[in-house]
Amino acid sequence: MTAVLEVPKATPGEAGPSPRRLADVVFKVREFGIIAVLAMFVLITALIQPRFIQGQNIKFILTNATIFALLALGETMVIVARHIDLSVGSVLGLSAYLSADLFTRAHGIPIVVVFLVGLCIGAACGLVNGAIVAIGRVPSLVVTLATLYVIRGLDIILVGGGMVVASSLPNGFLAIASSSVGPVPYLAIVVAVVVGCGAYYLRSFRSGRELYAMGSNPDAAKLAAIPTGKRVLTAFVISGGIAGIAGVLWASNYGTIDSTAGTGYELQVVAACVVGGVAIFGGSGTVTGAAFGALLLATINQALYVLGISSFWDEAIAGLLLIAAISLDHGIAVSLTAALRKRSLQRGT
Amino acid sequence: MLSPSEQAPLPAEPVVESGSVQNREALSKGDRLRSLVRWESVLVIALAATVVFGVSVSSQFLTGSNIFNIGLANGEVAIMALPMTLIIIAGEIDLSIASTLALSSSLVGYLWMHGWPMPGIIVFVLAIGVVLGAVNGILVTRLGLPSLAVTIGTMTLYAGMAEIVLGSTIVSDFPASYTKIGVTAFPHTELSYSAVIFLVLAIVFGAVMHATPFGRSLFAIGWNKEAAQYAGIRVKRVKTTLYMVSGLIGALAGVLYTFRLSTAEFDNGSGLVLSVVAIVLLGGVSIFGGKGTLFGVILAVIVFCSLQNALLLTSFPEDATGIVTGGLLLVSVLLPNGGDLFRRARSRKNRHRTSSAS
Repeated sequence: MTAVLEVPKATPGEAGPSPRRLADVVFKVREFGIIAVLAMFVLITALIQPRFIQGQNIKFILTNATIFALLALGETMVIVARHIDLSVGSVLGLSAYLSADLFTRAHGIPIVVVFLVGLCIGAACGLVNGAIVAIGRVPSLVVTLATLYVIRGLDIILVGGGMVVASSLPNGFLAIASSSVGPVPYLAIVVAVVVGCGAYYLRSFRSGRELYAMGSNPDAAKLAAIPTGKRVLTAFVISGGIAGIAGVLWASNYGTIDSTAGTGYELQVVAACVVGGVAIFGGSGTVTGAAFGALLLATINQALYVLGISSFWDEAIAGLLLIAAISLDHGIAVSLTAALRKRSLQRGT
Repeated sequence: MLSPSEQAPLPAEPVVESGSVQNREALSKGDRLRSLVRWESVLVIALAATVVFGVSVSSQFLTGSNIFNIGLANGEVAIMALPMTLIIIAGEIDLSIASTLALSSSLVGYLWMHGWPMPGIIVFVLAIGVVLGAVNGILVTRLGLPSLAVTIGTMTLYAGMAEIVLGSTIVSDFPASYTKIGVTAFPHTELSYSAVIFLVLAIVFGAVMHATPFGRSLFAIGWNKEAAQYAGIRVKRVKTTLYMVSGLIGALAGVLYTFRLSTAEFDNGSGLVLSVVAIVLLGGVSIFGGKGTLFGVILAVIVFCSLQNALLLTSFPEDATGIVTGGLLLVSVLLPNGGDLFRRARSRKNRHRTSSAS
């Protein structure tokens, strides 16, 4: 069903523009929908408990959301190409520990170098995933499920029961996650810019559009001479690299890093993407949508806390939201297909 | 997105055709080769290697009490692998099964706290399991949503419901006549109760899967859903049934898990689902559906559990045994594809030759 969304873009000529505009409108409506739900949540919570929109609280939500928004950016690139990366949580954990451990091993190491190390660790993991998927032509669900275990196991062996504590990390590093302009953490601004760049890339660059084409119809993409292997590899390396960076940020944010960092994040990230309108079988969805999905989940989490509703309700609500989002997307796809078909019948093509 | 000039590769289609013909020839040769080296044979060798490894690292490995421990530690995972096998063969997936375990465990604790009789609790919880499965089934078949996304959603939802039911309460005062399944072996055997239940269920599932029209229909659905539909198979009904069975088994696993640990907690069994999927895939079941045997999955269960146990006997860090699980999983998908890779490289070379000759 999602395949249909992309078809108009592939047919040049006079029939092209208007269905394309229709699909564009639908995507805008979809993103607007998440923002509306988000606004509704914030408004209702703020009405009941004004404390919710205090600076400290907003800062907390944004800090929590940034790491997931960042991970969702990489995950979206993989998912639109009809793949999935389940190893992001493990990559985050490995990078968080190894990069933070650098501070205890090499005193006075520049923070930039630590970020570069995190990026390289992540990108290396992504390269392994991507190479196995692209060259071995093995389903990415299975490959990244396996590397999820392998990378986590590696992490556990490397950590070996120890942990890095905040006191061994330089203050400058810990300040990265905590410093802010007013209630908005610097980190959130940086991540927003990065997500913006990612969105622009996926929307307007040839290689970005090719990811969507591959997700809509892999066979057609291959016949259209899209270097699918190369694109898949790139998507996984980017996703891994982003998870690596996210690991360093995680270390900066939490300060205490043991071998369980990022456990279970993979499914939360996928959930954020799906809530944000990324179709699980590829071909449609945007990075901004996924980022808003992450923000929405973080907001709900904190809203429940502020409202004094037991945090035990968190997961159930997130689950319901997820199912609602999938159903909504399906409904949109079905009606869009019908609309496009009707239109092409009217034109007599 | 594509201008006409960018569609240039299209005239090259005949060349692609001839390539695929060669592929088909090579495939039949490969099939012959593959039938010679079945995946199950590889698993048997892996099992033998594991046993040799286990015996060499510890004299404890083949003792009765250790075999009891292996069964005890993995019984629920093994049981959940059975319905998962059927679902994956039918081309879907159920990631919510471990959350069903958690919810049923929470319910057992909650209802026991509120004075329900234990047999009543068990029946009620199993019925709830069927309902949870039916919800998955309806979302997947009637609304036509992708099962991967749906069951990630219900995985979160059911785990959340488990939290709501039990909160941070931990219930552990279950009657000893039930919790003995975590301590003693099944009468006259060295096996834990959960292992015996697994074996019995495995025979039932194996018979259903390989010797009944229902079982055959799963392969047909997994191979080609539309064709199965046209052949008169009630695809939606079959899939809904599978999800209901999965829910039932998940709830059963939850009951066993609760009694084995003598503890009901909301996060019981969290993180088990990926192990279940890993075992099924390790057993040679194709993630795309339509292919696999229950015998392979049973072997995979035994390899997985005994390898994990053998590693623990070597004082390998317990949580890091995932390296081996993941490694096995990678090998299990890469090995059968190794032949494909080789064949593809050769057919590409052939194609190159024909196209340069023309």
